[in-house]
Formats: sequence, structure tokens, C-alpha cells
Amino acid sequence: MNLAEGVQLVSFIILTVMMLGAALAVVLTPNIVYSAFLLGAVFSAMAGLYLLLNASFVAAAQILVYVGAINVLILFAIMLVNKREDFAPVKYAWTRKIVTAGVCGGLFLLLGTTIITTPWGINNTAAAGDEAIYILGEHFFTDFLLPFELVSVLLLMALIGAIVLARRDIIPDLIDVATGEDLKLPERPRELIPAGSVDADEVT
Amino acid sequence: MNSGIDLQGTFINSLQDLGLPPGISKLLWMPLPMILMVIGATVGLLVLVWLERKISAAAQQRVGPEYAGPQGSLQAAVDGLKLIFKEDIIPAKADSALFTIGPILVILPVFISYLVVPFGQNLIISDVGLGIFLWIALSSVQPIGLLMSGYASNNKYSLLGGLRAAAQSISYEIPLALAVLAVVMMSNSMSTIDIVQQQSGYGILGWNIWRQPVGFVIFWIAALAECERLPFDLPEAEEELVAGYQTEYSGMKFALFYIASYVNLLLSAIMVTVLYLGGWESPIPLDRLAGWLGQPETNPILQVITASAGILMTLFKTYLLVFLAILMRWTLPRVRIDQLLDLGWKFLLPVALVNLLVTAALKISLPFAFGG
Repeated sequence: MNLAEGVQLVSFIILTVMMLGAALAVVLTPNIVYSAFLLGAVFSAMAGLYLLLNASFVAAAQILVYVGAINVLILFAIMLVNKREDFAPVKYAWTRKIVTAGVCGGLFLLLGTTIITTPWGINNTAAAGDEAIYILGEHFFTDFLLPFELVSVLLLMALIGAIVLARRDIIPDLIDVATGEDLKLPERPRELIPAGSVDADEVT
Repeated sequence: MNSGIDLQGTFINSLQDLGLPPGISKLLWMPLPMILMVIGATVGLLVLVWLERKISAAAQQRVGPEYAGPQGSLQAAVDGLKLIFKEDIIPAKADSALFTIGPILVILPVFISYLVVPFGQNLIISDVGLGIFLWIALSSVQPIGLLMSGYASNNKYSLLGGLRAAAQSISYEIPLALAVLAVVMMSNSMSTIDIVQQQSGYGILGWNIWRQPVGFVIFWIAALAECERLPFDLPEAEEELVAGYQTEYSGMKFALFYIASYVNLLLSAIMVTVLYLGGWESPIPLDRLAGWLGQPETNPILQVITASAGILMTLFKTYLLVFLAILMRWTLPRVRIDQLLDLGWKFLLPVALVNLLVTAALKISLPFAFGG
């Protein structure tokens, strides 16, 4: 075994252990913020595995999209909505855990046997490496054109939906009533607060 | 194209001549450029901090640091020493694990990004094909560190600062990436070496800034916002948020934030240099000059001169941009958070998209000038 192979093997072991450990911790920690941060570790380890497979573009895209965007979005959602609420203890809560463990174990066994028994067509040609970008681009504009365009339309719809949801004070029950030429979304009139109009009792 | 000096090959060959096996000599070479780059970035940081203090002093008609070293040039090093000896405080109600990991996550991507910084044809740690994309991907990791330290501090100002920092860097990453994409489209490659190569040959006239003036402005604004420099330093706006996510930090952990922000500014300036100002190329093409003087390209003295001139040119352009950034910091007022997000989403993003479309159209219609 030469130097490069040794480094590859060691990094593969480290990355796998990191990924499995972090993935388990995501599920098992009670603190949701820790789970979100550990999810970032899982994604990073996956990017490392892509790098080992000589797919550097996919690795960088994984970091950019999953760690840099999706994980940050999850963190945002958690941090802005983090209500430290104490839930009332439920009777027989432990049965839920046992059922979950059973379902997860069954899924694991099922997937494991599928992976082992499936005759995988392993491709022995060398990975494209840096050429991968050109190959991906070609595929996007030839045989994967329709899915590519559909995904972009889907993203556009999500974008417009987000804008509609983020608009302030939309009155849902008025939307049905509002007909005619005016296609603007009805918005509740904002109260203007004049400066220096604080009530005396509020101050005291 | 002559590749110039090949330090790696020479080093490995000379070690092999001494009787070492090729594997070991390669292993001995590998840490050298990395250590050199880390040292280079650190020295660059010290110079940058000194410049910041001196220029801000000049902008406010003060003298600035004066006593530590000639013209106070050792002031930054002394500051660093002071921070090392300060007590490392973790607030009692803070989350100590996340509190410690946060600053590390902020500083690591910045230093890893120096992997793709070129100072010459072969003067780069690793010419990864991903090049500039790697930098963009790595810089998107930073907000997680900021969010983490903001959350772990258990302080409302810290949390707000962290959230602001993450929002800001996510919003400005998109125009930044679109501006980079236009350049990448012109040079048909994401490698930083190829991007500089594509600008070479015509001296100052060949630089991308003439072909991408809009992209240059967008990139510079977005890069400043990514570095959280004034006028975009909202995450640590001291009048509103004390010091944002840095509020609870002291000692070396604070120093990590400080180092990360300045090294990131340096990195952004280098990236502007590489993308728009011709990287290591001189304003007058040196190889043509040598051709007029009748020197062959393989002349060793000429190669050494070209390589040194390349490093000097890169640093000169970088510090020129840094000077501009410092001057902007001390003359412009801070924008509000809604103005910042408006600028990012409603102005820079559409303009960057139009710039990309125009570049694509020009690339098809004028392939000789826009790298068809």
C-alpha cells in the first residue's frame, strides 16, 4: 500500500465514523439545536466521501447547498421559533420510543438486505474528476432537459409562494371576496403611530 | 506557454538525488507551501491591521500607533500578544461546547480557501479544477459558525448579531456567485490559474475589469458585505448590538473572530485581483518586454524576475483594494438592515442576472473578445 492509498483508507474510516456518529447523534440528542448543528457535520462528512470518490464538484456543491443553505435555513427556523416550552409528561411515553426503535431497526434490516442482495452494476471506468462539470452541463441540456426545466419551474413556484406568504397582513377570507380587475392582494391597513403620542398612564 | 519556475519538481528531484525515495520526498514537500501560505496570510493580516489603524488615524487627523516598532508597525503583533495572555472567559449560562467550536468554524474556511490563491503559474498550493467555486462553497460554511457562537453566548445581542450575520452572508452570496459565474463563463474554467491566464497577454488592457465593469462593482460590494466591513458591518453594529456575536467573547476566542474577519478581507481583495485585475500579470506584459529585449523565455534570471514581479503585482493590487476598503470604512456611514437586504435582493441580484445574460450574449456574438 502506498502513501496515497493509506491516506485514502484512513480518511475513509474517519469520515465514515464521523458520519455515522453524527447521524445517530442527530436523531438521539434531545436538544434540537445540537441536532441541527450535527446535521451540518453529517453533510460535511458526506462531502468528504464524495471527494474520496473523485467527485470534487459534487462535494463542493454538497457543501454549498446542504451545509451553506439548507442547514443554515434549518438553524434559522429553529433559532427564530425556539420556544423553550416544557411539555406535560405523557403516560407510557416509553412505548413510543420502543415502537420507533422497532420501525427503524426493521427499515435498517430491509435496506441492508436489499443493498447486499442487489447485483450492483459496478462501473469500473475512471471517475471524470474535473471534467465532471462539462459532462453534467451536457446532460442538463440534452437528455435531462425536461427534468431540469421542471425543477426550475418548481423552484420558481416555491419562490413566488414564499413571497406571497411573507407579505404582511394578508387577509385570507377577503381573497375570495376580492374580485374584478384589481388583482392586488388585500392587505390590512397599517396603523400610523404619530410620534410623541404615548399615553401618560403607559409611561407611569 | 512557458510554465516558469517549477519549485515542486525541483525540490522533489533534488531530494531524490540525495537518496530519498520519491514518496518521502513528496511527503516532505507537501507541508511546505501550506505552512508558507499560513505564514503569508498571518503576516498579511498584521500588515492589514497596521494599515487599518494608520489609515483610520490619517482619515481622522490623528497620528495612530506610534511607539511599537518603527511607525507603530509592530502594534498589531503586540495586540495579538496581549490577546493571548488575556483570560479566556466562558459565560456561566453559555453553552461551552458550541461557544468554543463557533470561532473555529468561522476561521477554518477562510484559511482553507487560501488553497486556491495563485501568486504565479506554479505558485499556488493546489490548482484544483474547482478553484473559485471551492472558495464560494467554503465561504458559505462561515454563517454556521456565526450562528453557533451567537446562539451559544446566551445573550440577545449575540443571537441577533449571529442571525444578522447569517442573513447577510446568505443574501450577498447569490450576487457574488453570479458575478463570479460571468467571469467563469468567459474563461471556460473555474480554476484560478486559468482565469488569470485568460486575462494575460495584453497587459492592463486584457484585464477582466474592462469586460466586466458591472460584475466588478457587484463583486466588490458583495465581497465587502461578506466580510462584514463597514458600510455593511451590521452584525456587530456597536450602537445597536454592543458587538453582535462577539459580545461575550474574550481572549484568544475573540482574536479568532478578529483574525478571521481581516484574513477574509485580504482573501476577498486577492479574489478581486484574480478575477478582475489580472492576478499576477503586470500592467505591461513582462514576457513581451523580454521578447523585445531579445531574452529567451527559458532564461533562469528572467524566470526569477517574472515570478517575483508576479508576487509583487498580486500583493500590490491586493493592498490597493484593501486601502480602498479601509478608506470606505472610515468615510461611509453604516446602512440599515432593511436597506442592506433591499440592496442585496432588489438591486444587486437583478443587476447580476442581467450582467450574466449580457455576458452570455457577448460571448456568443463577440467570441474573440469574450472567450468564445
